[in-house]
Amino acid sequence: MAKKKTIRTIPQERTPVQEQDPRERARNFGEVSLGYRLEEALVEAERCLQCADEPCVRGCPVGIDIPGFIQKITEKHHQGAYDIITDTNLLPSICGRVCPQENQCEGVCTVGDTLEPVAIGRLERFVGDMAIREGWANIPYIEPNGYRVGIVGAGPAGMACAADMAKAGCEVVVYEAFHQPGGVLKYGIPDFRLPNDVIDAEIEKLRRLGIRFECNTLVGRLFTIEQMVTEMGFHAVFIGTGAGYPSFMGIPGESLNGVLSANELLTRCNLMRARDFPNFDTPLQPGKRVTVIGAGNTAMDAMRVSLRLGAEKVYCIYRRTKAEAPARAEEVHHAEEEGIDFNWLTSPIELLGDASNAVRAMRCIRMELGEPDDSGRRRPVPVPGSEFEIETDMVVFAIGTNANPILGQTAKLKLNKRGYIETDDSLATSIAGVYAGGDIVTGAATVIQAMGAGRTAARSMKAYLGLRDTDSVYTPDTDDPAGRRFGIPAAEHNFARVRLA
Amino acid sequence: MSPEPSQSFEIVAREDFSDVTYLLEVRHPMLARAARAGQFVIVMEHEHGERIPLTIADFDREAGTVTLVIQAVGKTTREMQKNCRVGTSLYAMVGPMGIPSHIGGKKKVVCVGGGLGVAPIFPQARAWKESGAYVIGVLGFRNRGLVFWEDKFRACCDELILCTDDGSAGIKGLVTEGIKQAIAKHADIEELVAIGPPVMMKGCAEATRPHRIKTMVSLNPVMVDGTGMCGGCRVKIGESVKFACVDGPDFDGHLVDFDDLMARLTRYRTAEKEAVERWQESCRMPGKEALAAEPAPAIDDRPSTDG
Repeated sequence: MAKKKTIRTIPQERTPVQEQDPRERARNFGEVSLGYRLEEALVEAERCLQCADEPCVRGCPVGIDIPGFIQKITEKHHQGAYDIITDTNLLPSICGRVCPQENQCEGVCTVGDTLEPVAIGRLERFVGDMAIREGWANIPYIEPNGYRVGIVGAGPAGMACAADMAKAGCEVVVYEAFHQPGGVLKYGIPDFRLPNDVIDAEIEKLRRLGIRFECNTLVGRLFTIEQMVTEMGFHAVFIGTGAGYPSFMGIPGESLNGVLSANELLTRCNLMRARDFPNFDTPLQPGKRVTVIGAGNTAMDAMRVSLRLGAEKVYCIYRRTKAEAPARAEEVHHAEEEGIDFNWLTSPIELLGDASNAVRAMRCIRMELGEPDDSGRRRPVPVPGSEFEIETDMVVFAIGTNANPILGQTAKLKLNKRGYIETDDSLATSIAGVYAGGDIVTGAATVIQAMGAGRTAARSMKAYLGLRDTDSVYTPDTDDPAGRRFGIPAAEHNFARVRLA
Repeated sequence: MSPEPSQSFEIVAREDFSDVTYLLEVRHPMLARAARAGQFVIVMEHEHGERIPLTIADFDREAGTVTLVIQAVGKTTREMQKNCRVGTSLYAMVGPMGIPSHIGGKKKVVCVGGGLGVAPIFPQARAWKESGAYVIGVLGFRNRGLVFWEDKFRACCDELILCTDDGSAGIKGLVTEGIKQAIAKHADIEELVAIGPPVMMKGCAEATRPHRIKTMVSLNPVMVDGTGMCGGCRVKIGESVKFACVDGPDFDGHLVDFDDLMARLTRYRTAEKEAVERWQESCRMPGKEALAAEPAPAIDDRPSTDG
């Protein structure tokens, strides 16, 4: 290796990434960020100090060997970088795009103490996209172990859990209620942030691991969780159904036409392709003046989708300030660039309709920040006499979701007070062999947190099934040569395929 | 029971009751096994299609099939009428969705079905009969020519009252006339179940309210996923807001805000109309004379087609 890099010798500026022009992109569904080109990636990779304590790895919910893959990029050994990432995370193209890196790996990056942190997410995406283009796949040799694992929900938690269980040698079936796998990645996150063909490419890799996806299957109603572990012969089950059930505020006028949840807007547009109506049959009456309530990532998606569907004006209504907005900083920044009209410290109090029962305006009240509440954020309180009206023909609620009730209705799973599935630290539910993770356990969170939960559950499921955890360091407990093949113990049946030069 | 390989949702039988109403029997053994009265499915005709909720009209556990009775009112249902032949397959069918109806007890029950609601009330009437109830069926049609499944209903109802708008079969008048007759004859009716257009279900609820007869109605609002995820199907039930797909579809008819439901059903009417017109235009192109003779069916007040 060349001489040790120091904070002074690395490129000082974070390498910018090419983006579509805000005015242009606000009218198309093409991806906003174009991703690093090779030379940009090489410059950015140089900024990693390869420091000894690797805080980024601990900052990553799935623990990717970040310095390792960046080192491979600097060596221009991109497939090597891909193999390192995919040892822990099979979905780099997705995570590189949608992870909130500023709170995770990049948030704790050593370079970030002095300069801007290494753009780990962009590098991960660079490697993942290159793998899709080149058709690389990191498929380890898998020896079937005879165990069958059922996964409920083909979203990020289910995909991550399925990948780990398949790599451990289990026969994995993933059930999905929609007609396509992907969960929130498909129905929720719009194409300009995460193109559907990227998701399809990553799912294809899971199929190559032997995972079977069964769509159009509503678990709970078509068969129950109990049936899965009894009659259907699954030795372990993972539930990753997501939170689902969207919240409304309970203010007057919510049932007016033109008022909908962000989930409905996004599902119609993203999964059902209502934006291509009438080539696709699902309708969507696009608003001209759209108000979106909430300031999380889903709210940002709803606003930016509305713009692309042809809205002339899009407002964001949020009762706290920009500092408290739960969305990723980058998403808020992109939305601002595209011309979203942000109304911080504003809360809706009533929706007003016209004679045909369609929404025509929203009555709002200004807020100010008072004393801190339980969450540590200052509680917004209404300013008396500050009511005003916004003219609008479409109101979108993006204020979070509640627990989906279907599995609670149909299985004897222990739920908590809010209706989410109760688990212990190993993510085991009240039914033996059944594990759960992601939004259906924690309430709405991020894609990577769901993936992390899927992997934690997979670890517990392997322990439950008595399988060696391939993540932990393996020390052979026998020197019996008869138990070895090619000098490798037979129990070690999960080594990566050796690539010969 | 083992997980089946990717199903194909093959159509194994079809019957046309009139020029707008048709029956499809779809193969799906697992669904046929799981289905209970009061539940629904969501189907997609093709990859570009919308997801439409359809109440399960019948299921045959032995044959492994599910029966759907569909009224061609929107683009998708008309397209299905044209394309869904025996031997073809649906792109997707998922279910059974919703909470099954609470059926049980040896009591006197009235099962009311009107228009599109006639078919889905059948599994309810049969289930009540099987649980030992005395079942009075009340069915509403526009005229004699549109009557179907009379024999099936006769087999599971202790009494059957047919109502037609023009009096060409049974009594003349709406199903509410039939309900009045049934109530006059039987003072001990304990429950009434009604499925049909919202305006009909509203009429049924009003007919039983003075008699304090428990009235259950099955709602079919606009849905996308049918799993509680989009909230498009929210309905006002008394003071609370419920999602018909996971909290229903059966609700207490005396608490349902039908006016709200009917107003919300019009949400996508403009787009639906546009889709129908565009589709008819595209159908007309190959064989003009054949389709020109066909009268455009009036858009029903129950838009069963929506994504």
